Amino acid sequence: MFARLASKSLLNRKGSVLLTIMAMTVSIFVLLGVEHIRGQSKQSFNSTVSGVDLIVGARTGSLNLLLYSVFRLGSPTNDIDWETYRHISSSQKVDWSIPISLGDSHKGFRVMGTTTDYFKYFSYGKKRHLEFSSGEAFEQIFDVVLGAQVAKKLGYSLDDMVVLAHGLGRTSFRLHDKSPFRVVGILAATGTPIDQTVHISLQGIEAIHMDWQNGVAIDGTAVTDMQLQALELKPKNITAFMLGLTSRMATFGVQRDINNYRKEPLSAILPGVALSELWQMMGLLENTLRLISGLILISALLGLSAMMLASIKEREQEIYLLRVIGAPPSYLFLLIELEALLISFISMVVGTAALYLCLFIARDALSANFGLHIGLNILSFNNILLLLLVAGSTMLAAAIPSLTAYKSVNRSQ
Amino acid sequence: MAIQLKDVHFAYPKAQNIDILKIKSWSVSAKDQVFVHGPSGGGKSTLLNLLSGMLTATTGEVSVLGERLDIMNVRQRDCFRANHIGYIFQQFNLIPYIDAIDNIQLAHQFSKKDSQLVLIDEIKSLLSTFNISQTDWHKPVEQLSIGQQQRIAIARAMINKPQVLIADEPTSSLDQKNRDNFMSALMSLVSQHRITLLFVSHDMSLASYFSRIDALSDINEVGERS
Repeated sequence: MFARLASKSLLNRKGSVLLTIMAMTVSIFVLLGVEHIRGQSKQSFNSTVSGVDLIVGARTGSLNLLLYSVFRLGSPTNDIDWETYRHISSSQKVDWSIPISLGDSHKGFRVMGTTTDYFKYFSYGKKRHLEFSSGEAFEQIFDVVLGAQVAKKLGYSLDDMVVLAHGLGRTSFRLHDKSPFRVVGILAATGTPIDQTVHISLQGIEAIHMDWQNGVAIDGTAVTDMQLQALELKPKNITAFMLGLTSRMATFGVQRDINNYRKEPLSAILPGVALSELWQMMGLLENTLRLISGLILISALLGLSAMMLASIKEREQEIYLLRVIGAPPSYLFLLIELEALLISFISMVVGTAALYLCLFIARDALSANFGLHIGLNILSFNNILLLLLVAGSTMLAAAIPSLTAYKSVNRSQ
Repeated sequence: MAIQLKDVHFAYPKAQNIDILKIKSWSVSAKDQVFVHGPSGGGKSTLLNLLSGMLTATTGEVSVLGERLDIMNVRQRDCFRANHIGYIFQQFNLIPYIDAIDNIQLAHQFSKKDSQLVLIDEIKSLLSTFNISQTDWHKPVEQLSIGQQQRIAIARAMINKPQVLIADEPTSSLDQKNRDNFMSALMSLVSQHRITLLFVSHDMSLASYFSRIDALSDINEVGERS
């Protein structure tokens, strides 16, 4: 009866109640959306690399090295000599190593030169190794392995021929069109920048640059595939490399040794530390978004409170009648609180559903354009806590009109 | 005695120098039907509010059914009112957006509870007694006529089987025909259940229904105010 009275009373004031629900819905949508995307992008960031103990590049800031080696963002500052890589990776403390060579692109996707060790040792998320959805790792110089998004977006399948471009632009005029590559493998989706990467062997990188000098193609000296095979290409430079150590205890020692390497200036970073540094930088933005969504919630709650307060004035007779038939003041207090909670609850349901729908529609665009992989599990523990907080704040905000109803009882005395 | 007032004095706390009500002694014996007439502003609402426990007297004794309302706390008075006193107003006797059955059930909710099952039957028979057709039972009461609403109001006031029924100008928004319907329904119910009725109105033409007629100006020693 109590709940029926509250819900019918709300239905009786459809107009103002509906507007209040809309305001609350928007605020809950924003609140949950910010929290969800924040959590998901943090998770997505943190899962881009795992199991790698050190990342080594030419001397630079740790964020820069992390961004270009793992996220394929920004440009590498300098190359590392191949001999340096050979020297460091042959150390006893090093279990495995993955060399990385960047600088070319294919239709906007970055090309990364590496070795087959990459497919063997690199892991992401919770120590998950790379998997092939079709095909296998490259063997020949002109073999290419595509990330899941690359294949999907460009519509490539196994055995297609691909022409790589020099530089990083989406529409480069300098295509390495004399040396097309054959797709031999397509990786399963990982939800990391790997999905947007084109992988070829280090020899492949050398090959497409062989008949170029100083970044400009020299005509008439086209080399054939056969010739290249015979030449047994050896890379001179790489951009960076990742290390897995035999013992994690050795991490700091190896890092110090690399940072003090005599022959060329190097930086070695711990990916976990660099990731948390990166996340700290994002912290300000994150908190600003949280603050704004909090303020939106407060304003919606104040609107709710104002609407309920105005309704108390309208319902003076109704309240008096309830008193005369014996309703205690506490009943009136709880009635108004319940009405506010009903509004809040409906808004939560609608807001959550709307967010779910929006994410469902936008998830493909987000992962393709921003590499952001947003899950649909909106009702995480954090967000449920947040909804409980909203319910609590609703009760607090509704306390003002509820107390007014409670006190209106004694006004006649 | 159903109602007994002794040396009752009332003034609003915020305007204590203005006396609203001053009654040396006034009583109504059980099962009496009393018609109280007087102009508006004669302390009429205050008197009724004192008897229902919505207000407490500044000084003096207010006894209803032998219980001292003036020494009860708010909660006790709410309970007492729900269980023993029925109340009918000139208008706004019902929550407009819920139906007749819900309205009556709501009134029952605040009294000592009987079984819900019996209750629904009881409500339905009460509504039939007051000539409310079955098709109107589940409509929000605001869609019904004023006459129907006032008759549902009697049913609402009667559901808890009160010993005292207070009616505050219940007929003044009704036309002649509805007023007669209302009065006959009310009077037959009251005599059938042997209820003490306190009926307040300025319409002297209704006085013929009653055995005892009091003028408010005789009860209240504070003179007529504008």
